[in-house]
This record gives sequence, C-alpha cells and structure tokens, in this order.
Amino acid sequence: MDPVFFYLFALMTLSGALVTILRRNPIHCALGLIFSLLGVAGLFLLAAAEFLFAAQILLYIGGVMVLFLFVIMLIHLDVHTLLRPYSRLWPLALATTLALALELAWLIRHGLPQLPPARNPLPSPAPGNTEQIADSLFTTFVLPFEAASLLLLAAIVGAVWLARKKEAAS
Amino acid sequence: MSLSPITTGHYLALSAALLLLGALGLLLRRNVIVMLMSVELILNAVNLNLIAFSQHWRHTTGQIFAIFVICVAVAEAAIALGILIALFRNRGTLLSDEIDLLKW
Repeated sequence: MDPVFFYLFALMTLSGALVTILRRNPIHCALGLIFSLLGVAGLFLLAAAEFLFAAQILLYIGGVMVLFLFVIMLIHLDVHTLLRPYSRLWPLALATTLALALELAWLIRHGLPQLPPARNPLPSPAPGNTEQIADSLFTTFVLPFEAASLLLLAAIVGAVWLARKKEAAS
Repeated sequence: MSLSPITTGHYLALSAALLLLGALGLLLRRNVIVMLMSVELILNAVNLNLIAFSQHWRHTTGQIFAIFVICVAVAEAAIALGILIALFRNRGTLLSDEIDLLKW
C-alpha cells in the first residue's frame, strides 16, 4: 500500500467535497462531486476492493452523476445562482457540524486503540476479489440480493411515475 | 521523505472528514439538488468506512454491504430526482426554504 497514493486520493476526495458544498452553480457542484467520487474509487482500489472500484466508476460516475447533470440541466434556473446559496441558519449548521466533529474525533481517539490488530494477509493463491464477492453474494447473501433487485424495480417504476408529464385534464 | 504506512485509522479519519463535509453541505445549502449531492457524500463516507474494516479483517462482507449501500443510494437518487422534477413543475422553485407546503 503506497502512502503517496493514499494522500493523493484523500486530497482529491476532500477538495472535491469542498467544491461540492461551497460553489454557487449546481453544475460546478456536480463536477466537484465527480472528482470526489473518483478519489473514493481510488481509495477502494488501494484497499484491495477492485470490484467496488469498478462499480463506483460505472454506477456512481457513469450513472448517478449523469442523472444529476441531466436533472440540473432540465430544471436549472440561472436566477437561482444569483440568490444567496446558503441557508439563513448557517451558524446553527456550523455549530451542529462542529459538535459532530468533536464526537467523531473523540470516538476515533478512544476507539482506535481498542481495535483488534489487523489480520495477516491471506496466503498468496487466494481467489480474486470479484470471485470472493460473487461467492458470498450468491450463497450467504442471496436473499438480500433479491430484495435489492426488488427495491431497484420499485425505484424504476416510481421514478418513471413521478417524472411523467401530467396529461391535460379532460 | 518517508511517510508512515497507512493504517485503518487513516481511512477512518478520512471517512469522518468526508462525512462532516457532507453533513455541513446538507445543513448549509438552500438548493435541493446540492443537498442531495451532500447525501451522496455521506453515503460515500460510509462506504469508505466499510471498506476500511473489510480490509482490516480481510473479510469480504464489508464489501458486500458497500454494494448494497450503493444500490440503495442509486434508488434514492432516482426517486429523489423524480420528486424534484415533479416539484419544480408544480412550484417552480428548487430552494429548500421556499418549499413550505406543509408549514403554517
């Protein structure tokens, strides 16, 4: 595992996230989010999750973000970029985030030393990552897999129903 | 220059930072589409955590769980964007503080 690549991908992730939450124009936000998701995909690759790396790029960047960009271009108003982009309750938002940051810092500081040490690497002729995932997805987790397919079917039908044009009342 | 090796703690700290940025965006922004993007950031922070522990224990269950999280995130994005299109047709706004039909 190469520390240089970890810090590079971490920088991509965090800078993309900052662009996402701070820019005025939603298109810039979406492009920042794509950059951030690419960084997360690189971290998946570093953590030896090759299948998720591919799924992240294909599904998130190729699917979800294209959908986001389509919707922004469909219903974007240029007037909105001139209005103030942040909520009027921003001190409350900052305070809540600060409280959450303190909690997470405390949790990591006190929880990390109690974490059991990492397992040794598997012996070298271990099956590939995709093979391992397929093995457990289609044996142990086959019921959640089917439930997920049902959820996606419901989401497809629901999205088409919600986004359809109203027929003229006759 | 030599950097210390990357441990699970590094991943957890990065994931916490990403979650904080996502939460800040969700609370701070007015545009509903950008709020949805912040939710995607939060879900990615969760996935990063799952992957870090999956690597820590050399076990693929965390990756399976991350696949299900991605699946739910995709369904959520599709439905939420459909709702936004319907909302924009009816109300002509995308700002969260102008969507107050249920408020009096």
